[in-house]
Amino acid sequence: MAYLIQGETGDWELVIGLEVHAQVISKAKLFSGAATDFGADPNSQVSFVDAGFPGMLPVINEVCVEQAVRTGLGLKSQINLTSVFARKNYFYADLPQGYQISQYDQPIVGEGELLIDLADGTTRAIGIERLHLEQDAGKSMHDQHPTKSFIDLNRSGVALMEIVSKPDMRSPEEAGAYLTKLRTILRYLGTCDGNMQEGSMRCDANVSVRKKGEQGLRTRCEIKNVNSIRFVQQAIEYEARRHIDVYEAGGDIRQETRLFDSAKGETRSMRSKEHAHDYRYFPDPDLLPLVIGADFVEAVKATLPELPDDKKARFMAEYGLNAYDSGVLVAERASADFFEGVATGRDAKMAANWIMGDFFAAMNSGGYSWEKPPVSAAHLGAMIDLIKDGTISTRLAKDVFVFMVETGKDPAAIVEEKGLKQVTDTGAIETAIDAVMAANPDKVAEIRAGKDKLIGWFVGQVMKATQGKANPAMLNELILRKLKE
Amino acid sequence: MMSELTRLTIAEAGRRLAKGDFTARELTEAHLKVMEARRGLNAFITETPELALESASASDARRKAGQAGGLAGGLEGIPLGIKDLFCTKGVQTTAASHILEGFVPQYESTVTANLARAGAVSLGKLNLDEFAMGSSNLTSYFGGVENPWKKGSDPAARLVPGGSSGGSAAAVAARMAMGATGTDTGGSIRQPAAFCGIVGIKPTYGRCSRWGVVAFASSLDQPGPMARTVEDCALMLNGMAGHDPKDSTSAPMPVPDFAKALTGDIRGLKVGIPAEYRPDGLNAEVARAWDQGIEWLKAAGATPVDISLPHTKYALPVYYIVAPAEASSNLARYDGVRFGLRVEGGSLDDMYRKTRAAGFGPEVRRRIMIGTYVLSAGYYDAYYSKAQKVRRLIAEDFTQAFRSVDVILTPTAPSAAFGMTDRSDDPVTMWLNDVFTIPTSLAGLPGLSLPVGLNGDGLPLGLQLIGRPFDEETVFKVAGVMEQAAAFTAVPEGV
Amino acid sequence: MSLDKGTVRAIAELARIDVPEDDLDHLAGELSGILSFVEHLSEVNTDGIRPMNSVADLGLPMRTDAVTDGGYAEAVLANAPDAIEGFFTVPKVVE
Repeated sequence: MAYLIQGETGDWELVIGLEVHAQVISKAKLFSGAATDFGADPNSQVSFVDAGFPGMLPVINEVCVEQAVRTGLGLKSQINLTSVFARKNYFYADLPQGYQISQYDQPIVGEGELLIDLADGTTRAIGIERLHLEQDAGKSMHDQHPTKSFIDLNRSGVALMEIVSKPDMRSPEEAGAYLTKLRTILRYLGTCDGNMQEGSMRCDANVSVRKKGEQGLRTRCEIKNVNSIRFVQQAIEYEARRHIDVYEAGGDIRQETRLFDSAKGETRSMRSKEHAHDYRYFPDPDLLPLVIGADFVEAVKATLPELPDDKKARFMAEYGLNAYDSGVLVAERASADFFEGVATGRDAKMAANWIMGDFFAAMNSGGYSWEKPPVSAAHLGAMIDLIKDGTISTRLAKDVFVFMVETGKDPAAIVEEKGLKQVTDTGAIETAIDAVMAANPDKVAEIRAGKDKLIGWFVGQVMKATQGKANPAMLNELILRKLKE
Repeated sequence: MMSELTRLTIAEAGRRLAKGDFTARELTEAHLKVMEARRGLNAFITETPELALESASASDARRKAGQAGGLAGGLEGIPLGIKDLFCTKGVQTTAASHILEGFVPQYESTVTANLARAGAVSLGKLNLDEFAMGSSNLTSYFGGVENPWKKGSDPAARLVPGGSSGGSAAAVAARMAMGATGTDTGGSIRQPAAFCGIVGIKPTYGRCSRWGVVAFASSLDQPGPMARTVEDCALMLNGMAGHDPKDSTSAPMPVPDFAKALTGDIRGLKVGIPAEYRPDGLNAEVARAWDQGIEWLKAAGATPVDISLPHTKYALPVYYIVAPAEASSNLARYDGVRFGLRVEGGSLDDMYRKTRAAGFGPEVRRRIMIGTYVLSAGYYDAYYSKAQKVRRLIAEDFTQAFRSVDVILTPTAPSAAFGMTDRSDDPVTMWLNDVFTIPTSLAGLPGLSLPVGLNGDGLPLGLQLIGRPFDEETVFKVAGVMEQAAAFTAVPEGV
Repeated sequence: MSLDKGTVRAIAELARIDVPEDDLDHLAGELSGILSFVEHLSEVNTDGIRPMNSVADLGLPMRTDAVTDGGYAEAVLANAPDAIEGFFTVPKVVE
């Protein structure tokens, strides 16, 4: 179902393109040896190069190049063996050189594609236009002083990948799915931590609308630096509505840069960006063309991990999981690895259910992470083994799981210690059944008269009498036999 | 003693320091004295006599301890001047601009660090055209530099030393320093060397690191030495050159001992004489000096070969697009935020506009604006991109020529030094000073200017030798032969 | 190519250099002179010629990813016309 907004004059379609700035994971900056850690004292991670001092020159960081190539490969994109760094010239308080070193007409990565997963279970391909390397600017702070803005250059020069999509998205949901998927891929690749709160992944959304069926594109507005996926979706929705209202009132949209105010849920024009831009791009004469060999690309390719789409397909084929479960499990590389740690050589469906059920619930209860999970994959696997060999029932397993989370102990030890081993001795179960039957002759009579509903009640009573340890399958079988005697 | 010490060449001084004839401190003191006496020339922006004496004493101590000599002792204890475009740790660096007045770098340029490691003593920071933009040294915020040479016909007239390394050339000519660093973007070492009767070489682009040198036009800027003899330039270049991993355009090439290239033997060498450097109306004395130079080389066994560099006439327009374009971007960092001048304003942009209007002089503002224009939307292809294509044709002219010759000989400048008030009105006329040096810069080739004689008015004239990329050795070798033949012994007034 | 006052004003704004209104005409004349001087490049046939952005005939050298610089906020701020609490400052910016 196409996403359309109903206006007074008819249905409108959204056209969305996203530009994502992803901070490259590297120890040092793109063109200087200063550190990239988040949250350091102001201007403490700044070299003279980053601060644009006279005579300072850039030298590129090899790992940043490698990360861009890795990301390009992960986005199934064309890798350009020759690319060129250009200067984007503009004045701003947090841009010390007066230009940003970026890539313009010859980016390191060209066209590619990303598959987004939608809520209805379908997938859709979104085109990647390009990916280029560039340096980040510093940070301006406007609330520290009544008449001045403060500038911290710690971020100045940190490597960013600007990943530009084609204007292929048609709804806020698709935009959200694109960002989610892109973040997943970046994390799989280890090229960006995807943390939008800390600003290591930032999104600019280009939004325009057009009448349903209309060809061509109308004027777009760029919404800058929105710092969560939910806000991107809200901003797009608001902005689309604004465009429709303007058009329907007979007005025209002006191409401009806007800011999303998350408190008000609105976008507004950015005053600081009112200047007509003329970036005067030209090849940076301090840098030569970046030429990488096909062998460099091959070497990076050889280290690529299995990516989420491939992993999902494999989980479905190899483990017989459905698309939904596979999708959930591959959303993070760590969850997929955990799953495989549990499922290998076991009932995969059971493993998936335990992970997505009790395990995720425990994980979300707080204090846990993939580095420090509530139970280890080995223990969870061992617990499943105990269920499979009949040592514990699924019902008992739930208790065992809780003890595992609490104590971190091996499930076999817990079963032993707590006496949770299920009763599989026919005689013991029969004795218990006999006792319940003897105590409830009327109910026995009713069942024998055909009131089958009471069988469940009977099973419950016997289970209670055995403190839940009776093997449920055996119990059911014996009760039926005895009641029908 | 004092005047004798300041008349020595670097090579001689080096030998006599080694012998113990005098100390580095004495040598430095002698030069400090001349600096003081010749302050009227305005060659220095910042003098650092205390630092100079300190490092001279340190040099003496090293010598005493037997650790003397960075590179074959070539520069140990030698007092040099530093163009105020090289950032020097703890010493004001201005680029002769108001906008950098008071700026004290917390880092040292690679070239000056190399020189210090070779044992050289810095006397201070030399005047130049603002941001190295000029051919007269008249654009300096700290005032013009006067050429120590005087016209025979008008001894009272104050002449320009050329530019942009005007302070360097004047200081070396007036014996304030034994040598000086210069930088050359379109002729800024060679033209002032010619105007002041000294030797200067712009090495191959990439030979000396640009790290820590205030940038004018990054694809053209190249540091180089200025001194009174070819050998001294070779010794200085030994100390300055070398691959620098901090400069991505620095050549990862070994540095030969340039002084060893001065064998005096140029027999069999082919010397290109480009027709395009002899336009109608070329100054007759300049033409005569050039012809004389050709004769000397012939006499030494080399063969002159007529060559053509057909795109020569486009070099100046190419340069005046490329250099301002790069400069407009390189100079964007002077914005009043992190260093240098700041003129407060009501808004950020207001502060920028006021700071930059007050901080840059007229020539710099003009070039920034031209550069901004030629890069702006809609004009990039017609100007910048076109210019860089023609630049390739100019470079290919040289490549073609060097298939048949080993070195090229041309005049350095179209005239001798001119008066400080002669011709500063029309910027384009002023730019014509660099007509013979700019093509070499665009092609990145080494170019050396040496004095070959005086014109009828008693002013020095220079000739330029151009070499293949990274073949400074041939350039030095030929220059050494010409130097001997020219036997240029004239000295400016007061020396 | 002759530049008018308006264009010069726009260039000055792009370059963030205040030019007094009175100077615009003069500057327009000067810049126009320069442009007409460089304009005869158009007569050169450059079909198929690649722009020569650098004479250095090398690939871009790369450095290893290691923290080797920074960590000297004091030196970075030493020349600042108006630093407060470790920050550079500018007139307040309204975004």
